[in-house]
Amino acid sequence: MGSFVPATDRDKKEMLSAIGIDSIEDLFGQLPQDVKLMDGLNLPSGMSEMEVCRKMEGIAAKNTVFPVIFRGAGAYRHYIPAVVKSVLSKETLYTAYTPYQAEISQGILQSIFEYQTMICELTGMDTANASVYDGAAAAAEAVAMCRDRKKTKAFVSAAVHPQVMETIKTYCFGNGMELTVIPEKDGITDLNFLKEHIDGQTACVYIQNPNYYGSLELAREIGSIAKAADAKYIMGVNPISLGVIKTPEEYGADIAVGEGQPLGLPLAFGGPYIGFMACTKELIRKLPGRIVGETVDFNGKTGYVLTLQAREQHIRREKALSNICSNQALCALAVGVYLSAMGAEGLKQTAIQCMSKAHYMANQLEAIGYPVINHGEFFHEFVTISKVPVEKVMSALEEAGILGGYPLTGERAGQILWCCTEMNAKDDIDRVIGILREV
Amino acid sequence: MKVLENLVYTKTHEWVRFEDETTALVGLTDYAQQTLGQLVFVNLPQEGDETVTGESFADVESVKAVSDVYCPVTGVVSEINEELLDAPEKINDTPYEAWFAKITDITEKEEFLSPEEYEEFVKKEME
Repeated sequence: MGSFVPATDRDKKEMLSAIGIDSIEDLFGQLPQDVKLMDGLNLPSGMSEMEVCRKMEGIAAKNTVFPVIFRGAGAYRHYIPAVVKSVLSKETLYTAYTPYQAEISQGILQSIFEYQTMICELTGMDTANASVYDGAAAAAEAVAMCRDRKKTKAFVSAAVHPQVMETIKTYCFGNGMELTVIPEKDGITDLNFLKEHIDGQTACVYIQNPNYYGSLELAREIGSIAKAADAKYIMGVNPISLGVIKTPEEYGADIAVGEGQPLGLPLAFGGPYIGFMACTKELIRKLPGRIVGETVDFNGKTGYVLTLQAREQHIRREKALSNICSNQALCALAVGVYLSAMGAEGLKQTAIQCMSKAHYMANQLEAIGYPVINHGEFFHEFVTISKVPVEKVMSALEEAGILGGYPLTGERAGQILWCCTEMNAKDDIDRVIGILREV
Repeated sequence: MKVLENLVYTKTHEWVRFEDETTALVGLTDYAQQTLGQLVFVNLPQEGDETVTGESFADVESVKAVSDVYCPVTGVVSEINEELLDAPEKINDTPYEAWFAKITDITEKEEFLSPEEYEEFVKKEME
């Protein structure tokens, strides 16, 4: 039992005498009396299981859960095959958050290895890590891994998710990188601006494809501009879109990152999510986070190990490339199970459904006076202008149990970012059109 | 363990070959490579970098560890041995040919050990 008691009375006494005081009261003597808790916590008495359930259900019922959703903007509702939850709920796999010990469980390590392999297949890259907290962290870590002593500038497209931009800004502020936002032109990254401003000190160019507004970027051209300046090319991608769109590798990316939530994780009020990171083999030693490798043991049997840990925070903290590189093991497992269940063909069908439904909806919206302002191709999100106040549109839809598109703000006030996934039936789209015709 | 006669050494197991008063090549000793085991990766400084006596200017990675390599002189990196980037095993095979960097404009030096002193030093360390 001793090890569960953090400090015995004797420990406390020794610690207090080491700093030259007699009692705990002296230690907290600086605090004003009225902030101290004198009579213990005022907790209600215990409840029966039924009472607890009733109370929790009452709180949960305050949430509005929309049966029909046309909103994405970074978090997407997709079909999750039942096998994902079934595998995830096996208690042997419900391990504590990040597995630290290389030898702790071959099963967990193998599940991460499979996840990494599938992320590589999805992105076309050579190597992937065991995941990071979320897509924004993955993007910022990718920018940070391109920095070297002579290359300290990062160019980031204005058309990336605003929260990704904020996270990259925070990282750049912290590690002394100079961030330049490449403005958007007609809803995509302005190539001319990039061409004019990129220089020899540029460490990387980051774009999101499809971008925040759903549009496909001129990804190959941007890659060529980056390459010509000897800068790394990072692409943030929606993993579902890779079912139909070229892979980052085919676009010449050095690093591919993204939010893995669409791959089998529920919306869950915004988390926990998972950031995936993959890169070419030239960059493997700069890739932060855990990497699981496959090897053979003394007897020639296959085994899985954490590899290339030498520059990790728990080995060389002061030289670690990242200090938040814990992975999302359970979420990575969900992604692995999801991708195995869907298969390449299932993912392709999902992507095609997302895309064709979004295009059907866009046409219908245009027909009733909500013009689409995406100039080029888009995947499963697009922006329309609203002829009536956006609030009115949203509340009319809400009354029918439909969560409408995301109302954009700032310079784009009055515009709506719509999203369709395979979950949106044609009838639902037609209902939206019917309601908007009346607004 | 090999110790060459025409070099000087450091207590952190680097060898130094002076070309003239202010120019020198720096590498890792035979003893160092034996102790580290098989090297799989090396990080070298960049040309033009300024080095400071006793501060890390490169690192070598074996299967389970990364070790810093210290620069025994203050100067400027004028050349790096790019061969090592693709073939770090050369440090294991021929440590006294596998120089890491050429340092010029040397303004300050560590107190070096002579070959005999280094041999003596390593013997003590091995005990």
